[in-house]
Amino acid sequence: MQYALSIILSGISLGGQYALIAIGYTLVYGILRLINFAHGDVFMVAGLFMVYLSTWFPLWVALPVMLLLTAALGFVIERSAYKPLRSAPRMSVMISAIGVSYLLQNLATYITGGLPKTYPELPLLSESITIGGVSTKWVTVVTPFLVVVLVFALTQLINHTKVGMAMRAVAKDFETSQLMGIKINSVISMTFIIGSFLAGVGSMLYFTNYPSIVPLSGALPGLRAFVAAVFGGIGSVPGAVVGAFIIGMSESVIKGSPFSIFSDAFTFALLIVILVVKPTGLFGEKVTDKV
Amino acid sequence: MLAEKKSKKGAFIALCCVAVLLILVIVLENTLDPIKNTTFFTVLRKGAVYALVASSMNLLNGFTGLFSLGQAGFMLVGAYTYAILTIPAASRDSVYYLYGGSAIHFSLPELFGGGAVGLILGVLAALVLAGLVAAGVAWLIGLPVLRLKSDYLAIATLGFAEIIRAVLQWDKLGPVTNGANALKNFPTFSSFNLGSGLRLSIFVAFLLSAVCIAVILLLINSSYGRAFKAIREDEIAAEAMGINLAKHKRLSFCISSFFAGVGGGLFAMAMNMAQAKTFTTALTYEILLIVVIGGIGSISGSCIAAFLYVAASEWWLRFLDTEIILKSGFKVPLLRNGFRMVVFSVVIMIVVLFFRKGIMGDKELPDLFRKRAAKGKEGSK
Repeated sequence: MQYALSIILSGISLGGQYALIAIGYTLVYGILRLINFAHGDVFMVAGLFMVYLSTWFPLWVALPVMLLLTAALGFVIERSAYKPLRSAPRMSVMISAIGVSYLLQNLATYITGGLPKTYPELPLLSESITIGGVSTKWVTVVTPFLVVVLVFALTQLINHTKVGMAMRAVAKDFETSQLMGIKINSVISMTFIIGSFLAGVGSMLYFTNYPSIVPLSGALPGLRAFVAAVFGGIGSVPGAVVGAFIIGMSESVIKGSPFSIFSDAFTFALLIVILVVKPTGLFGEKVTDKV
Repeated sequence: MLAEKKSKKGAFIALCCVAVLLILVIVLENTLDPIKNTTFFTVLRKGAVYALVASSMNLLNGFTGLFSLGQAGFMLVGAYTYAILTIPAASRDSVYYLYGGSAIHFSLPELFGGGAVGLILGVLAALVLAGLVAAGVAWLIGLPVLRLKSDYLAIATLGFAEIIRAVLQWDKLGPVTNGANALKNFPTFSSFNLGSGLRLSIFVAFLLSAVCIAVILLLINSSYGRAFKAIREDEIAAEAMGINLAKHKRLSFCISSFFAGVGGGLFAMAMNMAQAKTFTTALTYEILLIVVIGGIGSISGSCIAAFLYVAASEWWLRFLDTEIILKSGFKVPLLRNGFRMVVFSVVIMIVVLFFRKGIMGDKELPDLFRKRAAKGKEGSK
């Protein structure tokens, strides 16, 4: 019983962390039709920002600065690597995204010297708590609530503000919305800023549970979060959240079973099943191609 | 008729060039000091292997327009098949010591009678089998995956590569795959160095990879190749012209994986070992970047880029990784471990952003000469 509870708890918190990353994928894909391969690495860099900032500043300064820097990083990546390729074929943009991911990983290796960095202890989040006889960290409990609050704020932003309306319009039709006077470049930048900001929050929650960060620690969570976004229906925020919780839960269950080496294999198998059975995902809109 | 004659002449010239290159390689390897030029030789061997793998990826991504990121997975299958089939029976116990010996008790070179003939036949057979197994896996994966379009296909193939890696590292398969440990002691390129002093290791790497690339080129110039290109340009138009989309996509996927599998076997030979953890997504990205630098849709571009890439990363840029202190005591800033890869990825980003066509665009090497010749003729008129 206690074992089951601990698995459920870790599944929920993992799901919440993936959800925050998956939103970044889903927003960008909804607008640019681009798998932002660099998103997982932005998430990793956010963790490294926190490691370095917390040695220089007190925590209450380091945390907001980290979120700001991460958002800025997303903005810079979009402006320098994706904007020049706006009219290029989709394959080129995807290759550019892979290039950015490669660059970020190598930069991180260079700066950290390839050594694992210990994530700082955050007050409250890193402290232990006992629920139903299971000892865990506060972050496990906080994550789902924080995710709900952030997702609520995001849906309010998308549904009830001017920027949100512009984002929805651009996602529906790139060219028409441009004709309607929407500055698509600033809308796209905004999307990247929001996505990276959420990845920053996600990295804070994710790495609190892990002892250290290495330059490659963003790659797999990034891929899993992408699978979650596809699973829920890419382009849909609630879909990404639901998908992330399913992925997080199944990963936690498999990690607790004798087949733990297959946890990623299962995630990708899930992806392939959903792509073959229902390519639009759980909540995705149906898109028809015109000849 | 005229065109046919011309292409035959072209093929003859190309064959001559390859033959000259191969002879040059033998001469180089036997005249240069092997100890001083270790890096250079490694670059040549690895470059030949990368050229083949990049060409196989180009066949799929550049010529058929299927954006697949599963290359490392197929290379892994090929490398393991090759290694498992060729480890000598005598050293199996030491390689598989964690599992108390291997489940497979034969090795192909010994089955063919050992000695030089056995080695050549065994290695060849193992490489072909490596390709076939990779192609078989690709056929299975292709059943669900090839229905997907562009980026979904990329993610799904990436996912399958990860699954393959997880399966091969599985403990229960240990007696066959040696779990997460490295497979070693199989015949490598150096096994082809003759005892009498004639060194052929680079020659063998070049020869094997050249033969495979030649087959890829022949395929691209056949009617199948034209069908692939039609699919790349416009799937719907291609289908309307009577091209069986599913069949041709599957064919391209399997053939590309076949050569990726052979390339994986050669890769294991070049690295002297095969271990699942080297065949990560990063390897696929590396190969993809080679294809991009060489030009998507140009086999000769891929080959040139493969050598440039390997040479730059293993040799020319090595100095960036070590701290340099000038005689005046001035320490050159930034230079330390890892800086090479940063510079390297910045260069790659510049190529991707500003020189999107890569070195060759979608042209092959002979096209360049032909153009120049045509221009020269116009000028003389």
